[in-house]
Amino acid sequence: MRLRRLVPVLLAGLAALPASAQELTGTLKKIKDTGAITLGYRDSSVPFSYLDGDQKPVGYAMDICYKVVDAVKAHLKLDKLETKLNPVTSATRIPLIANGTVDLECGSTTNNVDRQKQVAFTNTHFLTASRFVAKKASNVTKFDDLKGKTVVSTSGTTNIRQINEYNTANKLGLTILPAKDHAEAFLMVETGRAVAFVMDDVLLASLAAGSKEPDAYVISKDAISKPEPYGIMLRKDDAPFKKVVDDATAAFYRSPEGKTTYDKWFTKPIPPRNINLNLPMDEALKKAFATPSDSPDPAMY
Amino acid sequence: MNYNWNWGIFFDMSPEGTGTYADMLLSGLVWTIVTALCAWVIAFAIGSVVGVMRTLPSRAAQAFGNGYVELFRNIPLLVQMFLWFFVLPEVLPRAWGDWLKQLPNAPFYTAVVCLGFFTASRVAEQVRAGIQALPRGQRMAGTALGLTTAQTYRYVLLPNAYRIILPPLTSEFLNNLKNTSVALTIGLLELTARARSMQEFSFQVFEAFTAATVLYIIINLVVVTAAGFLERRVAIPGAR
Amino acid sequence: MLANFDFSVILNSWRYLFLDGMTFTLTLTALAAVGGVILGTLIAMMRLSGLPVLPQVAKAYVNFMRSLPLVLVIFWFYFLVPYIGQWLTGAERPIQVGAFTSSLVTFTLFEAAYFSEIMRAGIQSIPKGQTAAASALGLTYWQTMGNVILPQAFRNMLPVLLTQTIVLFQDTSLVYVLSITDFLGAASKVAQRDGRLVEMYLFAALVYFLICLLASMLVRRLQRRIAIIR
Repeated sequence: MRLRRLVPVLLAGLAALPASAQELTGTLKKIKDTGAITLGYRDSSVPFSYLDGDQKPVGYAMDICYKVVDAVKAHLKLDKLETKLNPVTSATRIPLIANGTVDLECGSTTNNVDRQKQVAFTNTHFLTASRFVAKKASNVTKFDDLKGKTVVSTSGTTNIRQINEYNTANKLGLTILPAKDHAEAFLMVETGRAVAFVMDDVLLASLAAGSKEPDAYVISKDAISKPEPYGIMLRKDDAPFKKVVDDATAAFYRSPEGKTTYDKWFTKPIPPRNINLNLPMDEALKKAFATPSDSPDPAMY
Repeated sequence: MNYNWNWGIFFDMSPEGTGTYADMLLSGLVWTIVTALCAWVIAFAIGSVVGVMRTLPSRAAQAFGNGYVELFRNIPLLVQMFLWFFVLPEVLPRAWGDWLKQLPNAPFYTAVVCLGFFTASRVAEQVRAGIQALPRGQRMAGTALGLTTAQTYRYVLLPNAYRIILPPLTSEFLNNLKNTSVALTIGLLELTARARSMQEFSFQVFEAFTAATVLYIIINLVVVTAAGFLERRVAIPGAR
Repeated sequence: MLANFDFSVILNSWRYLFLDGMTFTLTLTALAAVGGVILGTLIAMMRLSGLPVLPQVAKAYVNFMRSLPLVLVIFWFYFLVPYIGQWLTGAERPIQVGAFTSSLVTFTLFEAAYFSEIMRAGIQSIPKGQTAAASALGLTYWQTMGNVILPQAFRNMLPVLLTQTIVLFQDTSLVYVLSITDFLGAASKVAQRDGRLVEMYLFAALVYFLICLLASMLVRRLQRRIAIIR
């Protein structure tokens, strides 16, 4: 082959290199390069992502994430994909997604417009509203009953923001303590350090059900937010990776397996103490599963 | 670095509705300073007594003093914080425990007591070192003048010892000030906690922590300057 | 009161407490102490070097670290280390740093400031005549430091360095704020899961107390022995 004929071939080859590299950018490239994907899990977001009796992270959102990992592995045609696990808290999850420590956050993270400025979310896997849990003995059932009392919420959540705003708007004069995670916040109520714990109702129900005396607790009748969507969190501005994740979750939610997985965590006994949460799938979530969406707008559901 | 800097964030309203993010950090600063000062009063009082006990002739007093210092020095501060906050109300008689839990500002009182007892063990160590650094002749001179032990301490030993240990006490005070941040784990809304809340509400991690860092450095400089002033003020002319 | 204690919660979780939790705590303490002493010694040498700029840089670093609460530094580094890694390696995105590495970097850099003050005192405790003698023998700066000054400084300061390491051991409990499973983290996770706060926190306090008391007694013995040899 003469050199003159070779040059265009080489050039074409060079041009092709960045083109093929372009197919893989961002998180997908990193996963391919390192052969590993890191999932962020929570300590006590029952039953989404929490530690079971052996202190291994399990839950509904973890199951969804493992489905996504399978899809990523298939998409990248990898033989082996190592799954690393990294603990996150409500306060650390967003910075850790942004700084690359965690690729997918598998927990109970509310998808809202504010957060979408920092991170991206895939299709909604749950809908929940902000309420509070208190001891029955405290005789509080509505938010207005809390006037002048001490309440706790988990720092870094939408809920602590909502209760702050509600407190200011309605002049309740609450003392609002931030806790590190849901277990610590619930502990404040259990030990009488706070009257109520303001959080997504589903988490409150599961914390109360898992406590020493489930019957001693009551969840507020009123809510201070509409049911808001939960989503698996990923890095912003990474369209190729988001597409893989979106496609995987959409297919999973539409399939019968989506419903089975939901039932496994919400209508059957779950580890570590075989509690049954008895929360069958409601109409809104059925709709969200039939037509998967990553919209942060509660009115959409 | 895919991070959206926004230094104007401090002038945005915080979701608590009581003011801007800058106000939020400043309220944290106030709590840090108030907690540190209150804890220091306890630490200085208990620390002086325990430190003196360790230099008394009485064996029992020495043993108590040593025991106190070992106990509080060998348990991490964070664990001590949990013991005061979570464990103490449970092991007290029910009525007392409930009263403790219902206190308004419970995290503040707990932090003050916990830091006070913890820092006291370190102050005690300095007080003992200060007294033992004095020439033994001073104690004997006190006795020779017919002073009681208490009077010897009050009029001879302690005034000298405190002057000697002023620099290490300053650094213990600074440690005490920095240690207030450990109380964020029990819900005290001090400076580090406020910086963290600001980060969570605004997502501006680095701006929030930078502001807290600058504030801590400023308090340090103020304390060091004030301590230098105090040292010159109380110096005995001709002593150095 | 003690009658209500449920010690089985400790028996049931001891593997998790010690094999996961205490292993993390001890590994972190050991590595951070070694890293901190090495970095601290370098900082102390910079500070005493008499070269332009370097002493000021070292002093500024030490004063900066010493004026910040460790909790704040832990938060800073947990979020910042991946970006620092990106900057150091020239990678196109923040590099992934696990909880352990991140805490190790934090504690090494933070404790280096404290270790450097100890090593500075150690180096200054060696009579100037020795440096002069070494240079008269034709030893270079690094030979003088490595063969003459540092071994003695290190030995004189060993008890103080070890005491600071006990402080470091206690300080590692602060990684609790990041939900990392160190010894205290493990204890509090079990405590919260089983609702057995009193037992778990008292047990954690007892374990820390015994380890630190034993270690500080050993340090005191070592101190007496070194004092005799000198």
